[in-house]
Amino acid sequence: MAQTIAAMELPAGAAPRRRLPFYLEVCVRLAREKPMGLFSAIVVLILIAMAVAAPLIAPFGPNELGAGTRLTGPSFSHLMGTDNLGRDVFSRVVYGARVSMTIGVAAVVVSTVVGLGIGVLSGYFGGITDMIAQRFVDAFIAFPALVFLLAVAAVFRGHQIPGLPATGLVSTTNVVLMVSVGLLLGVGTSRIIRSATIQVKDSTYMEAARSLGCGHGRMIFAYVIPNVMAPTITLATLGLGVAILIEASLSFLGLGVPPDTPTWGGMLSREARSWMTQAPWMAIFPGGALSLAVFAFNMLGDALRDLLDPRLRNS
Amino acid sequence: MTEYILRRVLLAIPTIVLVIFLSFIVMRLVPGDLVDQMMAERPYATQADKDKLRNELGLDKPLPIQFVDYLGNALQGDLGVSPWTHQPVTRELRNRLPVTAELGLYAILLGLLIALPVGVISAMRQDTIEDYTSRSFAILALSVPYFFTATLLIVFPEKWFGWSPPLIYKPWTAGLFDHLEYFFWPALLLGVSLAGTVMRMTRTMMLEVLRQDYIRTAWAKGLRERMIITRHALKNAFIPVITIIGLQVGTAVGGTIILESIFNMPGIGRYFVSAILQRDYPSVQGVVLVLAVIIVFVNLVVDVLYGVLDPRVRYG
Repeated sequence: MAQTIAAMELPAGAAPRRRLPFYLEVCVRLAREKPMGLFSAIVVLILIAMAVAAPLIAPFGPNELGAGTRLTGPSFSHLMGTDNLGRDVFSRVVYGARVSMTIGVAAVVVSTVVGLGIGVLSGYFGGITDMIAQRFVDAFIAFPALVFLLAVAAVFRGHQIPGLPATGLVSTTNVVLMVSVGLLLGVGTSRIIRSATIQVKDSTYMEAARSLGCGHGRMIFAYVIPNVMAPTITLATLGLGVAILIEASLSFLGLGVPPDTPTWGGMLSREARSWMTQAPWMAIFPGGALSLAVFAFNMLGDALRDLLDPRLRNS
Repeated sequence: MTEYILRRVLLAIPTIVLVIFLSFIVMRLVPGDLVDQMMAERPYATQADKDKLRNELGLDKPLPIQFVDYLGNALQGDLGVSPWTHQPVTRELRNRLPVTAELGLYAILLGLLIALPVGVISAMRQDTIEDYTSRSFAILALSVPYFFTATLLIVFPEKWFGWSPPLIYKPWTAGLFDHLEYFFWPALLLGVSLAGTVMRMTRTMMLEVLRQDYIRTAWAKGLRERMIITRHALKNAFIPVITIIGLQVGTAVGGTIILESIFNMPGIGRYFVSAILQRDYPSVQGVVLVLAVIIVFVNLVVDVLYGVLDPRVRYG
């Protein structure tokens, strides 16, 4: 009894040894109370499996020409049919998950670091730091995301960052994409983390920590960051969906991932569209995979927000 | 009030200058300069050709001078000349902006037409089947990219009925009906996608308002549900929704970029994409500048409107 009361009254992560049970409890509650959240979590796990084990799952190479007869419909040998070059659409969709997930996860890592950095520093120190940081955030948020990303793509078009391979998952274009999408999401995220930080800052345990003589570093890493983890995790999950959508949009326009890499967005591009009336499976499957992935991250993020964020828990 | 508006306008100026400055710097971050980039496609160009072009584009001056020149010219409505087409950027923008604005406007209107009623009903019938359906629809609208729905819209009716949405731009002069029919489909696709966010916001705000004391008072007075919803709840719930609509202008701009290239619209978005593909930096910068000004201005209007609609907001 005493333990349950303590668990109810302590904010998440206030006592480090309770942190694991809290997140385990969230998983259990997700499974029990949020059927759509659970479904989304399963979809996400399948996507991760597809991304990691793409060569094992895909029956053909993603760029293998003539894997089957051109433009044939779905069958047992080609689950999602073949495209205008005889490539296996299923294999391309599976490899597409790898690109989307890699860029999405990398972008979210960047965005979390940026968001926590700006948000926590701005909220914790306040004053002039906050003033200046927030004006830059304002200018950034005011700006249409796609326009910013296209402008960055324009700058790096035809350039190589020294030390990166010319093709593959970490080619220059992909790294630029990861960093710029991450930056964009991170600045947006920082607003919410900032307000969460301000709330944490005024709490009694912060006062207690300060009176015990904790320095700024310890205060931030031991108390502030663990206590803003709830919105951070929610925003990261929602951000993954957004990042995947943005990557697909840019690849669709032909300004994202280079065309030799199979991506969901690229498979829907203008060049492919002229074949789609003959072979609608060329559109349905990559588009469906993309929509399902974004849908799953949105639903999971929503479910996590309900479970993790105490301010919204009862609303 | 006047003082507040003035202060907001004054605060908007540094934001715009900051955006221009950032786009100016970003465009010059390229390793090697613009001229090398342009000449890379003309292998027989000599050093003299490069110097001449550099001089034409004003790139032989020091950076701060270039920035001040650009800013000064921009204030006078001169955004430079496209090095490829030799057309003034301002003229291109003037011709193309109305098309994009029209698409954006229709999309936002259609989006609101869908989102507001659905959001309100969803909140009134919280946790019923209507609520779940509309919430799932909202998340679906946020998740399914419009370039996918647009592809489906172009591919399937063509396959089944031999009909496809018009893909050739029809100006007003080609007849009002044709013009509106042309805009309807892309506007609907973008509108549905915008509706997702507004619907969720409307629902949240309605739930918030319906829990207020004055709503309980209204119920206690014996007012009818319709009266309570329209007279008491809606007015208060819509105020934050307006802010979201302001933010949506930015999202709508992103959407028009994609939809314009699918539906072959002669708007600013398609111009932007082709400018990027051709490395036409003055045009890219021009588009960035104009969009920044529009978005800052719209958000300014929204902020002011916010105060007009809600007397509780104090202009501090």
